[in-house]
Amino acid sequence: MSSIPSLSAQNLPAFEFKSSVITVPVLNIYTTDINVLSLQLREKVKQAPEFFKNSSVLIDLQNIQDQELNLSLLVDAIHNVEILPIGIRGGSEDHKKLAHQLQLPSFNNARSSAEKPVIKETPEPTVAESAEPVLNNIENTLITQPVRSGQRVYAKGDLVITSHVSAGAEVIAEGNIHIYGALRGRALAGVLGDETARIFCSDLQAELISIAGNYRISEDIDQSYKKVPVQIYLNEQALIIQNT
Amino acid sequence: MARIIVVTSGKGGVGKTTTSAAIAMGLAKKGHKTAVIDFDVGLRNLDLILGCERRVVYDFVNVINGEATLNQALIKDKRCDKLFVLPASQTRDKDALTVEGVGKVLKELKKTFKYIVCDSPAGIERGAHLAMYFADDAFVVTNPEVSSVRDSDRMLGILSSKSQRAEKSETPIKEYLLLTRYNPARVKLGEMLSVDDVQDILSLHLLGVIPESQAVLNASNSGTPVILDEASDAGQSYSDIVDRYLGEDKPHRFIDEEKKGLFGRLFRS
Repeated sequence: MSSIPSLSAQNLPAFEFKSSVITVPVLNIYTTDINVLSLQLREKVKQAPEFFKNSSVLIDLQNIQDQELNLSLLVDAIHNVEILPIGIRGGSEDHKKLAHQLQLPSFNNARSSAEKPVIKETPEPTVAESAEPVLNNIENTLITQPVRSGQRVYAKGDLVITSHVSAGAEVIAEGNIHIYGALRGRALAGVLGDETARIFCSDLQAELISIAGNYRISEDIDQSYKKVPVQIYLNEQALIIQNT
Repeated sequence: MARIIVVTSGKGGVGKTTTSAAIAMGLAKKGHKTAVIDFDVGLRNLDLILGCERRVVYDFVNVINGEATLNQALIKDKRCDKLFVLPASQTRDKDALTVEGVGKVLKELKKTFKYIVCDSPAGIERGAHLAMYFADDAFVVTNPEVSSVRDSDRMLGILSSKSQRAEKSETPIKEYLLLTRYNPARVKLGEMLSVDDVQDILSLHLLGVIPESQAVLNASNSGTPVILDEASDAGQSYSDIVDRYLGEDKPHRFIDEEKKGLFGRLFRS
């Protein structure tokens, strides 16, 4: 509670790492010719200068993966039209090295789904490089109290809740989520992209369920899953709810 | 050992001040020296409900700022000499409250009082946070409707994470549910959540159900805590709540619709 700074100030965390899913525009690059790129980019931006101004963009290098590219010039060209590149994806190892020198994070290749939101791992690009998940450091979390509205629980491994999750609460796990009570809030499993993560719950009334960024909101969840135990998993990017 | 009770809800207008006045009076009538503090700085109300508004000289903020002593600010109730009221300031706002200041006042009160009832303002900001920060027990006042229930749920989350007990990892605050303005007839018609519906969402220890009652309005208007209206359903219900809180085992009342005979139907409704 920042409004009361004197409240045992030294115990309050000054920051918090969170995982969040955002949608960013992607710039698919088809040529390594910076002059052509720069020219066309300027033409495009001219059509709607206000729309593009200071917007962020992810540079997608999938289509020129095997070609050499002067990334520094490309970034300059993008900066010139007042767009801010926030990273690259789908490039070769050389591209990644160049990006690293420019302090731009490189993201993993996108899967077939074009609308899949990109997970921005950390706000600090330099950290992103070193923040490789250590597999044997998995922490599972057990919660025995109700998760109340407005509360948020994050588990680095699996999350087990033996009570209910209220509407307006958020339970997030890098692994699976088990809820032995009603789920009325949001549950997000496999937030770092683990598509094998599952959600198990004994009464599904969720506001939102998500696995590895694929989500479904309460409106799209059939009412027949209420008060029955279900499991939720991903099958080829599709979220499957199944009675257990 | 003195216990600090916070009466809280998140949502406004659900009956926090009525409840604070009633249970403080109830505890005092049982012979326990009780203080009731109005934390709603700027929107002072408790003194009105307790009928002592014309005797306010110094207030909570004066005591915090050292402009008055606690004894100068505490108002002794005229009906029960075990009950004392610490009114809020009407001319200040909630920023006048500080953790240190509130902590100091409560520490001093704990020396002489058995129960200290903190009447929390609505919301989850500073005033409400400070009202619950030092609490040992929390009375969560909820109306049987969805927004009130959700706000109470939010408040419960804050109680379990942002109180002094939570920060020091001590035994958590004991939470009790008080369901106010309950109308069994409307529950039956599906216009109101039932006790079970609310319990399903909040899973709390139910301390009592206070029926929707004209007596509450009359009591507020006349500056008498409704618990003193022993003939009324709301008054009896608050008495039960005080008894239950003190450890007595009393069956719940006013949850089911009163069965009216033919004459009752003809003359009462």
